[in-house]
Amino acid sequence: MSIQNRESFLNNLAGRLHRPRRTQGVSRPDWSVYPQYDVLKGITQDELVEVLEKQCEAIHTDFIHTDRKGLPKLLEETIRNYNGKSMIVSNDSRNEEYGLSGLYKDLDRDLNVHIWDPRLGKGNQVIAEQADVGITFSDITLAESATVTLFNNKNNGRSISLLPKTYIAIIPKSTLVPRMTQAANQIHEATMKGEEVASYVSFISGPSNSADIEMNLIVGVHGPIKATYILVD
Amino acid sequence: MSVKIGEAPYKERITKGIENDFMREAVSSAQGRFRAGRLTRAEELGNWEDWRQLGEEIRTHTLENIDFYLQQLSDAVSEKGGNVYFAETAEDANHYIQNVVKKKNAKKVVKAKSMVTEEIGLNDAIKDLGVEVVESDLGEWILQLDEEAPSHIVTPALHKNKKQIRETFTKKRGYDQSDDPEELAAFARKELRKDFLAADVGITGCNFAIAESGAITLVTNEGNAEMVTTLPDTVVTVMGMERIVPTWEEMEVLVSLLTRSAVGQKLTSYITAYGGARLEDEIDGPDDYHLVIVDNGRSKILGTEFQAALHCIRCASCINVCPVYRHVGGHAYNSIYPGPIGAVITPLLDGYDDHQELPYASTLCGACTEACPVKIPLHEMLIRHRQILVERENKAPMSEKILMNGFAKWSSSPAAYKISTKLARPALTPWIKDKDRIENGPGPLKGWTDVRDFPAPSKKSFRAWFKERESDSHEHSK
Repeated sequence: MSIQNRESFLNNLAGRLHRPRRTQGVSRPDWSVYPQYDVLKGITQDELVEVLEKQCEAIHTDFIHTDRKGLPKLLEETIRNYNGKSMIVSNDSRNEEYGLSGLYKDLDRDLNVHIWDPRLGKGNQVIAEQADVGITFSDITLAESATVTLFNNKNNGRSISLLPKTYIAIIPKSTLVPRMTQAANQIHEATMKGEEVASYVSFISGPSNSADIEMNLIVGVHGPIKATYILVD
Repeated sequence: MSVKIGEAPYKERITKGIENDFMREAVSSAQGRFRAGRLTRAEELGNWEDWRQLGEEIRTHTLENIDFYLQQLSDAVSEKGGNVYFAETAEDANHYIQNVVKKKNAKKVVKAKSMVTEEIGLNDAIKDLGVEVVESDLGEWILQLDEEAPSHIVTPALHKNKKQIRETFTKKRGYDQSDDPEELAAFARKELRKDFLAADVGITGCNFAIAESGAITLVTNEGNAEMVTTLPDTVVTVMGMERIVPTWEEMEVLVSLLTRSAVGQKLTSYITAYGGARLEDEIDGPDDYHLVIVDNGRSKILGTEFQAALHCIRCASCINVCPVYRHVGGHAYNSIYPGPIGAVITPLLDGYDDHQELPYASTLCGACTEACPVKIPLHEMLIRHRQILVERENKAPMSEKILMNGFAKWSSSPAAYKISTKLARPALTPWIKDKDRIENGPGPLKGWTDVRDFPAPSKKSFRAWFKERESDSHEHSK
């Protein structure tokens, strides 16, 4: 696509810096310190779970710990607790793997379950906007900040975790890393290799909130009002 | 709007701020909470100084090579099906965006909070087309309904209380519930949801653009920026040219510094990386994407002694520790960028003429420099501004000029000095209360005694006292 006014703009910057224009050969120097790698260094996966659970309290997010066997039942309970009559779910191969495809079929008898479907086009957004619950898997989970990372794509639209009233993230334990450093590092490595990284990457830490009125914390503004994480061993 | 907010003179703005009791209380309580949050997060990490060091190194390297990284960024965005426009001035940027809006026959534009669009006055440019523009950040929406300027770069409506907000909602939107913040927010959610769904064009700012992949990172809590980048088919990002990092790895470090410094959070609820057009079969995100990179005076700062001011990541932690901001509030600066960083960059972006008092809106205590997560030497820059104003521009405040000229003449004449120190007390006698205080002084003393007392000149001058002491001690030693 088009790039306009670039040459004169960048030539001016080089001139201001009193040197010729740099168009190649610039690389990051070695920094003198790397404190980001010291956070939660050498910690076990089980200890990361503890960090995640504790941080969930700070971000007003319910935390449930289960295994694959217990997942369908606990997920259904969470949906019913949210008084969810309608829900939208990402079209994720892990639905089958974690035994959720069956659950969604069962639930569809008395609730409205919509699995994201690219053929429906904007219809997906309309359904998401009306839904009580949105459900996705986490692709990378950051323990320090209790953040789920979503690589949004044609089967996993951004709307699912954004438009419904409540949001449930299913977190495979294997996706747990100490902090955003490891996620950024993975994405950087993939970019260097020329692999396609998702066109939209979302780091989500709990429900939406604001402190814009007299600095009072308001949980639930434009995005979901409540959130639950279900960690699966 | 532009960088400059209004026409009221400095003194009037300060007085208005100082007399606004609600605002002063709100600001001081907000400062306390922001500051405590930042310090808790810093302590938790244990090696905050290393983080600041890294932040400074990243910003320095990036700005030194900004032409290279902007080229890389624009190539990457273009590869992802986006259009890139380099805008030298505010007018260029507005004109380009107006054309995008016109081409779409847009009726409604929805925006996420962005300082740079305030700076270039984009909302007015869009309204000039007869197109509705809606601010979707809760604080910005409140200000838009009230037609007011932001007073803080992170919580823009900090100066307003919930009663005033309720009144605004009632008057402008027929709101009929209480002034409970949750109820107010629920109302905003309902109202703005309609706007998100109906908007033809979405516009956001940019916290950090990632050069290697052409992704734009937004740091938010409310989820409005996500709506703005997900629902409309046309999306425009406006970025100040310096808001760029080399790779995802530097983005991550600066985001960690920003969320901790700005609001004391480990991460905000949403960190979103988007940019370019949606891929085939994707439904969310735009099919028509534009990145507008704005200079608007920034390049004049490059290559000067003020270059580090461009390292700013807009966290407002300098604002949150500033004792002057605490008392006068954001609007007293008459700039959309208030506080210490505002006092540094406003004269650089908009010239000294309209902002010559700002470098003096500081006690030079250095709290700002100490708080800055990327180590911008803010108070040193303020001193340098003052030097420039005095030496080169000859624009020191009038009172100081008279005082300094007078002082030079007076102190260089021993006879005049001697007489005046002797005469100081008799001359000020009419204003002296309780023998040693002046409560309502004349001339240059007035600004001081308006808010506090001034000690009356001693009956005996220092020289006289010293002379006496000398002769006393001679006698004792005899």
